[in-house]
Amino acid sequence: MGKKQAGTGPLSRRPDNSAFKQQRLPAWSPSLTANTVLPTFYILSLVCLLLGIWLLITVENTHELKVDYTNAGTCEECFNLRKSPNDSTTACTCTVSFHVPTTFPGDVFFYYGLRNFHQNLRRYMDSRDDAQMVGRKNNLKTPSSYCAPFDYDADRNPIAPCGAVANSMFNDSLTVMYNLMDGSKIQVPLYRKGIAWYTDKNVKFRNPSTNNTFPLQQAFEGTTRPLYWQRPVYELDDTDSNNNGFINDDLIVWMREAAFPNFKKLYGVLNRAQGPFTEGLPAGNYTLSINYNFPVEPFRGRKELVISTVTWFGGQNYFLPIAYLVTSGLILVTAVVLTTVYVKVGKRGKNMEE
Amino acid sequence: MIRWIRQQLGFDPPHQSDTRTVYIANKFPQHGHYIPQRFADNRIISSKYTIWNFIPKNLFEQFRRIANFYFLIIFLVQLMIDTPTSPITSGLPLFFVITVTAIKQGYEDWLRHKADNEVNGAPVFVVRSGSLVQTRSKNIRVGDIVRVAKDETFPADLVLLSSDRAEGTCHITTASLDGETNLKTHYAVPETAVSQSVSRLESLQAVVECQQPEADLYRFVGRITVTQQGEEIVRPLGPENLLLRGARLKNTKEIFGVAVYTGMESKMALNYKCKSQKRSAVEKSMNTFLIIYLGILLFEAILSTILKYAWQAENKWDEPFYNQKTDQERNSSQILKFISDFLAFLVLYNFIIPISLYVTVELQKFLGSFFIGWDLDLYHEESDQKAQVNTSDLNEELGQVEYVFTDKTGTLTENEMQFRECSINGIKYQEINGKLVPEGMTEDSPDGSVPCVSREEELFLKAVSLCHTVQISYDQTDGPGDPFSRANGFSPQMEYYASSPDEKALVEATKRMGVTFIGSHGETMEIKTFGKAEKYKLLHVLEFDANRRRMSVILQKPSGEKVLFTKGAESAILPYATSGEIDKTRVHVDEFALKGLRTLVVACRHFSADEYQEVDRRLHEARTALQQREERLVEVFNFIERDLELLGATGVEDKLQDKVQETIEALRLAGIKVWVLTGDKHETAVSVSLSCGHFHRTMNVLELVQQKSDHECAEQLRRLARRIKEDHVIQHGLVVDGASLSLALREHEKLFMEVCKNCSAVLCCRMAPLQKAKVVRLLKTSPEKPITLAIGDGANDVSMIQEAHVGIGIMGKEGRQAVRNSDYAIARFKFLAKLLLVHGHFYYIRIATLVQYFFYKNVCFITPQFLYQFFCLFSQQTLYDSVYLTLYNICFTSLPILVYSLFEQLVHPHVLQSKPALYRDISKNSLLSFKTFLYWTFLGFCHAFVFFFGSYVLMGEDTTLMGNGQILRANRQLMFGNWTFGTLVFTVMVITVTLKLALETHFWTWMNHFVTWGSIAFYFIFSLFYGSIIWPFLHTQDMYFVFVQLLSSGSAWFAIIIIVVACLFPDVIKKVFYRHLQPTSTQKSQMYTNCVAIGDDFIALQPLSRAKNQLGKISLLRPTRASDAWTPCAVSQRGKTPAHGWAGWWSE
Repeated sequence: MGKKQAGTGPLSRRPDNSAFKQQRLPAWSPSLTANTVLPTFYILSLVCLLLGIWLLITVENTHELKVDYTNAGTCEECFNLRKSPNDSTTACTCTVSFHVPTTFPGDVFFYYGLRNFHQNLRRYMDSRDDAQMVGRKNNLKTPSSYCAPFDYDADRNPIAPCGAVANSMFNDSLTVMYNLMDGSKIQVPLYRKGIAWYTDKNVKFRNPSTNNTFPLQQAFEGTTRPLYWQRPVYELDDTDSNNNGFINDDLIVWMREAAFPNFKKLYGVLNRAQGPFTEGLPAGNYTLSINYNFPVEPFRGRKELVISTVTWFGGQNYFLPIAYLVTSGLILVTAVVLTTVYVKVGKRGKNMEE
Repeated sequence: MIRWIRQQLGFDPPHQSDTRTVYIANKFPQHGHYIPQRFADNRIISSKYTIWNFIPKNLFEQFRRIANFYFLIIFLVQLMIDTPTSPITSGLPLFFVITVTAIKQGYEDWLRHKADNEVNGAPVFVVRSGSLVQTRSKNIRVGDIVRVAKDETFPADLVLLSSDRAEGTCHITTASLDGETNLKTHYAVPETAVSQSVSRLESLQAVVECQQPEADLYRFVGRITVTQQGEEIVRPLGPENLLLRGARLKNTKEIFGVAVYTGMESKMALNYKCKSQKRSAVEKSMNTFLIIYLGILLFEAILSTILKYAWQAENKWDEPFYNQKTDQERNSSQILKFISDFLAFLVLYNFIIPISLYVTVELQKFLGSFFIGWDLDLYHEESDQKAQVNTSDLNEELGQVEYVFTDKTGTLTENEMQFRECSINGIKYQEINGKLVPEGMTEDSPDGSVPCVSREEELFLKAVSLCHTVQISYDQTDGPGDPFSRANGFSPQMEYYASSPDEKALVEATKRMGVTFIGSHGETMEIKTFGKAEKYKLLHVLEFDANRRRMSVILQKPSGEKVLFTKGAESAILPYATSGEIDKTRVHVDEFALKGLRTLVVACRHFSADEYQEVDRRLHEARTALQQREERLVEVFNFIERDLELLGATGVEDKLQDKVQETIEALRLAGIKVWVLTGDKHETAVSVSLSCGHFHRTMNVLELVQQKSDHECAEQLRRLARRIKEDHVIQHGLVVDGASLSLALREHEKLFMEVCKNCSAVLCCRMAPLQKAKVVRLLKTSPEKPITLAIGDGANDVSMIQEAHVGIGIMGKEGRQAVRNSDYAIARFKFLAKLLLVHGHFYYIRIATLVQYFFYKNVCFITPQFLYQFFCLFSQQTLYDSVYLTLYNICFTSLPILVYSLFEQLVHPHVLQSKPALYRDISKNSLLSFKTFLYWTFLGFCHAFVFFFGSYVLMGEDTTLMGNGQILRANRQLMFGNWTFGTLVFTVMVITVTLKLALETHFWTWMNHFVTWGSIAFYFIFSLFYGSIIWPFLHTQDMYFVFVQLLSSGSAWFAIIIIVVACLFPDVIKKVFYRHLQPTSTQKSQMYTNCVAIGDDFIALQPLSRAKNQLGKISLLRPTRASDAWTPCAVSQRGKTPAHGWAGWWSE
């Protein structure tokens, strides 16, 4: 309303002659015409083309190898064993051999992949208690009701970590052996730590406080391990005591639920400190030995080992270069058509005239 | 029984008699059967709420709105069952929307409360128990005697008892009620007029009986019974005895009156309400779209539910080992599960209904409407009036008008009457320099100091100067003395006030010619004829009414003779005239009318003493009747006004308003059909119509006038229909008169409509006010359902203004009633062009895009969520985090569209105004047609598919997206989960949706830049902030550092860019191709603005400050580009006369 009739002069009700009130604000009025759009199109097309080619070259330099070990090699037996949940405690190991055709240079990443495993079910995703995982004492003993039915065991002992996600953690352990020419095998050394998000490892997941006075085991006293686990959470890594409890890297990686039913999760990174692995993963024959625990038959899933190198923008993914190249092409085609139209029809402004 | 309950609940008013009885000073009779009546107190309540009922009542009102109710239901469902999102996601936006609306309404109501308190607490003086007591206005009760002093407003509807003048008259002005600024004289009945002091009032014994309250300001029927010395005297009461609340006392020191209608029952209060809600076409299509979206929502929810169960037929998908259910879930009934699944999907997809649409639309309309009032081009300097917006609901309707119904007098014309010619006794006269000159004679005929005036001329002039209801105001007569005594000295400050400008013009004209009306004092009227004063006793006034179309006075001449003067429309008088030069006068009247003059015929009748007695008796009877008073009055009037002696006729000119012709021409080029509805006679109307360009000389004018019978009328209509087909003329005009119209409407509506539709101009003359509304309704309800606009200035246009889709009032001389009842009010007819062509066009484009965009962005928003269900086994997992779901509509995407919808200008306003044809581009609600709606929805789905599957192909198989640790060495080769995926989709969506609007924006002010880039920036900043904290109270910390991780991935950036480009690119292509291959005229003129930018006229039309800057540009532009590509424009610029204003460009 502005001011209310400031004066009483003859023109007291005259509206202000301001640019705002008269809707005359200085403004830029772009219009999409051939003149303005065509140069943009050509430039955009060129930029996309160059980016696409660059991305393509980069992607070409990545290598990826998938080894499906669900029932391959000697794993058939384990596969059948895991069909019935009764035998879940029986240990089963098996081996699968595979061939790496070319050397994977540089850092090589080892993943486990699952197919048809739905980590994205609503009830499943909700079935976790981040307050417990961040190490709060109260929540340790009284898991969130979202975790049900994986919150308490049959004896009403609280489960730590609670919930369906933690409960179904991938528990195969994988060892890759490099078969040397002489028939001997050396284990491919892997970093099994530093594979989770920094913030997850250091902030989002914390163990209940131990004060360094008593062992981790004591901190978890009064809780029980998840139903499907073979070991309690404070004994997940027997090689490194600092990698136990909620801050176990494998657990953290698993707890980041995948968006789609086919996914892979990082298992380890090649340790290039020594031996034949300083330059990467050499070509040759390998043997994968598996501590086969994770059942996939109930959901008709598959398990695989994925070995991959990455570039600055990630793993082997042809989507980006193709997308850029296709877009570039489409823009170019339209630009050419538009130019033709423009030259034949529009240039003289025939259609624009009245 | 039921009736009793209904009465108690207030459905039925308690049984009321037709009249109310008011005991003056509340002196109830001691004996006899007296039933106490209950009356409302004098509190005015315009506010809707009190502090106590604000929250429940406001909530109730808001939830009556379907969208709000829908979200409430969703919210409740979320509270009750286990749904994928927390209740906050829909509760918070709902709370936001409700709060914003409640604050707005609460603020408005607070203002009303303040105003009410001021009015109700105003001090008033009331006579109580023999003395004058000061009290508050709200304490006045019916029956109280109220004292009102000079220049005060009346606190209730009062029946005047006495004034300080002996004869019991007072002057009031009703400017605040109906805007009539003239002074009106109101009377007290003689029996009470003597009670001029408190003590005398105390002894007054009187009872007023009057009708129950009604809204009509000009109707009051009652009678007063005064008991004097045991004798009961009954006097009639009419409107002239009633002082209305809100009116102001003038020229009178003080009055006493008895309150008859108080508070909400006063006529002013009754006139407040009953403003029917008009809804615009845009709002209607908006509701249709909402229903369609509701359909889509239901479809998606049902489909998802069915697919979920189809999928879960196998137990291993229903409950895989890693996702066991609780016992409770296993045991719940199948049907219950099914229903709760359906509801869960409903909740999941509910955001497809844009929650903030209504609140944004409301805000846009409310804020946007300020621009009309602010517009300098709609400001009229002479009268210091700017455009006024009474409702902001119809802004966009201004851009949709197909029919304009306009009044003539005061709307097309100035309503500034100037006496021009007259016909006396069969001789035509002209006024030249204040003298009447017979036709054929020239002014310089020798005239001495004393003009010789024939008897007929004198009688005619006297009749004109006596037969009226003009009041006189003397500027400095404020003193107690009546104006009359002083006026004998002929005060030069004397000014006439009349309710009708014709009367004023006539009285002023007679003054110039030597017969001066000096004033009326009580029952005498005084005139000065060539210096000689004469007093006439005013016996009766037979007031003007629209049906009779004449008014009369009965006077007693100084000689004692009683005479009736009457003046009125020629059709209302000539048939009753028995003597005088009837034929010649009729010819003259027609000639006047042809010149576009307004004609009045003047006649008189001399009464014999017997005749007068009869007349007097009958009048008195009719006036005191309580039942059917009006009918009986009409009867008596007809009895009196006959056997007239024709004196002559007057011709008064009403000047056309400025630029009426250009405006009508512009409207016609805009595809708007203009109908002129007037009460004037046929010839006058046609000639005005011609002079204002409504009818062309080249137009084939068809006539449907003076049809007496049904059959004849039908015959004529068929003839006209045939003529339209046969005559190969481009344009037809139709003239209809009121009588023929009512015949045509009664039986042959279809045929009539057929004829009308083929005529580009229609003129209806001799129209009664209700007929005007009827015509509007006829057009409005015809099969095409065109949008109508009615524009008028007088009380007689109110019905038409209320009937039409858009009603526009002209702030003219005939009071403010039209303005008060209108949706928009402007000072002059010419402003209509800018109001429709520019403001209407802008508002329509703004709101149409706003509506479409809202639906589009919500489709984009929710479809990925739907698609995601196909990948998560329809488990109702959300794709986005709850906070994003909540804030998408209220934070991330709300401001750009609001700013767009306030400031967008597709074409420069001057181009819009100079090329009215552009208006056709948006006619018939074209931007909200089903086709465009489908296009936007389709686009929304397409974009959603691209976002989702683009991201899916990028991340679906969980390809590694992180680089080799150059950026963050600690974070190498990390895996992304579903929240990162959702955030990627969301990020792409926010950017695309914002940029899509940027593509639509054609007018980038700094504000657009600010909100567009600001929204995107805000999204990024907010996400970074949101992801950087472990939030208490959340059971999962899903978003912790997700956004940072996403942004630290190079491929995510590349993906975002390519997906956004891929989404918007086809849209750009489409726009460019359409612009070049099938440009709309709007687009053409955009080109025009861009390339020629500014022609000469352009500068002429622009405010000076801007024009100067652009002078420089032209010299640069013109020689290089404008010349060859835009030859037509160049030609038009050259070949134009400056007088033509905006007529130039379209003529090519």
